[in-house]
Amino acid sequence: MFENLSYETLQAYWWIIIAVLGGALVFLLFVQGGQTLLNKLSGNENEKLILLNLFGHKWETTFTTLVTFGGAFFASFPLFYSTSFGGAYWVWYIILFAFILQAVSYEFRSKMNNLLGKKTYEAFLFFNGFIAPFLLGVVVSTFFTGNYFSVSKERILRVGNNVDAIISRWESPWYGLEALWTTDHLIFLQNIALGLAVFFLARINALLYVKKMVNDKEILARTKKCLKINVILFLIFFLFWLFRLMFINGFAVDPHTAEVYLEKGKYLMNLIEVPLLGVLLLTGIILVLTGIYKAWFTADENAFWYSGAGTFITVFVLFLVAGFNNTAYYPSLYDLQSSLTIRNSSSSKFTLTVMAYVSLMIPIVIAYIAWVWKSLDRHKYTEEKIEKEEIKY
Amino acid sequence: MDNINWELVDWSRAQFALTALYHWIFVPLTLGLSFIIAIMETIYYKTGDEKWLKIEKFWLKLFGINFAIGVATGIILEFEFGTNWSNYSWFVGDLFGAPLAIEGIMAFFLESTFMAVLFFGWNKVSKRAHLIAAWLVAIGSNLSALWILVANAWMQNPVGMEFNPDTMRNEMTDFFAVLFNPVAVNKFIHTITSAYTFSALFVIAVSSWLLLRNKNKLYAKYSMLVASIFGFLSILATIITGDGSAKQVAKYQPMKLAAMEGLYQGQKGAPLVAIGVLKDDNDPQPDKDIVGLEIPSMLSILAFNDPNVFVPGIKDLVHGNEEQGIRSYAERIESGKIAIDALAAYKKAKKEGNTEEAEKQLEIFKDHFKDFGYGYYYGKDPHTLIPPVALTFYSFHTMVILGTWFLILFVLVYFSLMNNTIERKKWLLRLAIISFPLGFIAQETGWITAEVGRQPWVIQDLMPAMVAVTKIETSGVMITFFLFFVTFTALLIAEIKIMTSAIKKGFNQ
Repeated sequence: MFENLSYETLQAYWWIIIAVLGGALVFLLFVQGGQTLLNKLSGNENEKLILLNLFGHKWETTFTTLVTFGGAFFASFPLFYSTSFGGAYWVWYIILFAFILQAVSYEFRSKMNNLLGKKTYEAFLFFNGFIAPFLLGVVVSTFFTGNYFSVSKERILRVGNNVDAIISRWESPWYGLEALWTTDHLIFLQNIALGLAVFFLARINALLYVKKMVNDKEILARTKKCLKINVILFLIFFLFWLFRLMFINGFAVDPHTAEVYLEKGKYLMNLIEVPLLGVLLLTGIILVLTGIYKAWFTADENAFWYSGAGTFITVFVLFLVAGFNNTAYYPSLYDLQSSLTIRNSSSSKFTLTVMAYVSLMIPIVIAYIAWVWKSLDRHKYTEEKIEKEEIKY
Repeated sequence: MDNINWELVDWSRAQFALTALYHWIFVPLTLGLSFIIAIMETIYYKTGDEKWLKIEKFWLKLFGINFAIGVATGIILEFEFGTNWSNYSWFVGDLFGAPLAIEGIMAFFLESTFMAVLFFGWNKVSKRAHLIAAWLVAIGSNLSALWILVANAWMQNPVGMEFNPDTMRNEMTDFFAVLFNPVAVNKFIHTITSAYTFSALFVIAVSSWLLLRNKNKLYAKYSMLVASIFGFLSILATIITGDGSAKQVAKYQPMKLAAMEGLYQGQKGAPLVAIGVLKDDNDPQPDKDIVGLEIPSMLSILAFNDPNVFVPGIKDLVHGNEEQGIRSYAERIESGKIAIDALAAYKKAKKEGNTEEAEKQLEIFKDHFKDFGYGYYYGKDPHTLIPPVALTFYSFHTMVILGTWFLILFVLVYFSLMNNTIERKKWLLRLAIISFPLGFIAQETGWITAEVGRQPWVIQDLMPAMVAVTKIETSGVMITFFLFFVTFTALLIAEIKIMTSAIKKGFNQ
């Protein structure tokens, strides 16, 4: 089936899969958003336990999606994996470190004799809840603003000083952290804006999830109060980022020579030249806004699904805007021609074909996750429910 | 030699070893306990006897505590290929990335999703669905082991690929050759059954502790019964596949075998060291020997099924042995350098449009490609290609001796349970408790044998560790090394404390 597809089609197919995983990951960051609201939404230990169990039942899905996102990138675009993970070393390690802390915190927090105490594990959850959405947002923003690296495959032929034999090199001494303070073209503002937008969006989705799943007057009242400020901040940062994105220099690729060059308003052009992308982006944003509206002004419990779907679609489209329509998805400001494109960074045709078959499992995975979520979440989270549970966080 | 950045390579290796060794404290328990729990739930499902439900839930709680920290250490390992081994990630990403991605899609989701059902699904799904979830968690965790071990086996015996001189990397040509790599099949079974053994040791040790304290005696004994049978079958499989692994090492990684046995001088009818010490640890020249008990011709039999076969020693491999048709490392280095130079000449000719020259160079490259990695040692002492012999030798023998002990232990426990004398045999219960940390040592020494013994190669004969790293500041890797060291150690202490509290409570919780 996939054997008959051209190399270009397979590369595009895999970029779409990456976009799907990216979209799913940002949607699932609502768990992280929730972790930063544990204290805000709860007034006592019992209420906190409701929230801990609510988000605790879902954290592994987010975590696994991140791991799969990394693995899929490795399999399909290995040059990105080696360049970005090896280069933006500090950014990725801070993100990963936050996930190490998260992985144990739900399980250990309420247990006896847990060495560090409840407060420490809650602090770990907060740290993960802020750092993961913020830095992942910053990384995605650098897909549009660029990074400082060089790639030369022929370096591997250098015998002697073996460090010279390394193909991908990060050319900034801050190994990725410079994305937070590069002042040229206000890159830092752009990156931080998306980081904060993702963070506040994760919180909004978390609040909508609480509204859907929790039946506790006190918590719901606090949820409503908390929503406003997060919505306002999200809109400020996201719209700022999106508006600027339309007019900044984009990294275009000449389809014939593979030369990378700067083009003003490239990302706006991508939305116009590929109208489906424009329409999808608008749909995504409208769905998020609808979710927010429903949560704010109506009693509709499904607001979460609107904003969740909107989040997924928006991020999905942003990945496509970064890589489709002859665009370099991981541009280098240090050396334009080192920029990574879907063409120059992908796996071989054979590997992409094998992996395309593997990708057929994704719908099955989604189906059983949906079944499990549905089966376990038939009843709302209340103090009584948590008390009755035999195994709980 | 002076211009090699040894420090960066060493710290990068140290960090990988640290995360791998920590990860492997927790993972074997996950792999084995998940099956033990599924077996217990099956007995409950079939018999309806509430006792089994109680027993299962106790082990499930311990399983959960352990699982979290296994996941925490695992995420670093997955990304470390990129963060610290970026050249490797490009050079073989076309092959190596696939198993990792499949692991995520096929195994991790299965494991983590049904884990939620296993833990929180009591009374929310049917008994049957819950039982299926228990088995899916076990299958999911073991599937993830499959894929990462396929990836590891490929590094020890790279198959199913071809080097593409235009993209400058190895590309997959046969997925099933990668999956059914003989090294992978053996490695997978050897590793998971050793993990089951370790889990059985855990269950037996915890139960013994409870018996010594006269707590939950009936539950403890039932748990021990399941564990001793499960453990016995597992260690048998571990031993059989261990033999298979040795044969493959002999075939694909003769230097590793020589290091495992401390064999410097190759010989026909080579003896197997049953127990022994290396004569001189600090001698840089490879002319050491063994003091200890040796079984004549046994190594030749184990490695090649023939008492008269020549098993090459470290000296033969380094200096070559014409009689046996073994090329010296100096020759292979020369050949590897020719491969690298030919590839450079090919690229140059292609750029200049000189097709004839390009083709000629490509032929030369292909002829010498099997020695590609040796080329990076051009101008260097071939002895640097010898792995740390003492560490490999002692790790291997520690593993083998401990493995044999576990077999005896499972038999003793089983028969003592059967004739109902286990409570009286305090010495056996104490030995069983001590055997749990010994199981941990056997697990780690197994990995040390496999990974240290293959140095300096990250991909056998094709890429040495020093060329595989990421170019970052050594100080950066040192910072992350210590950060992980402190964090993992703290989390390990926390886990042990939480686990001990839960065990003290026993089955009555």
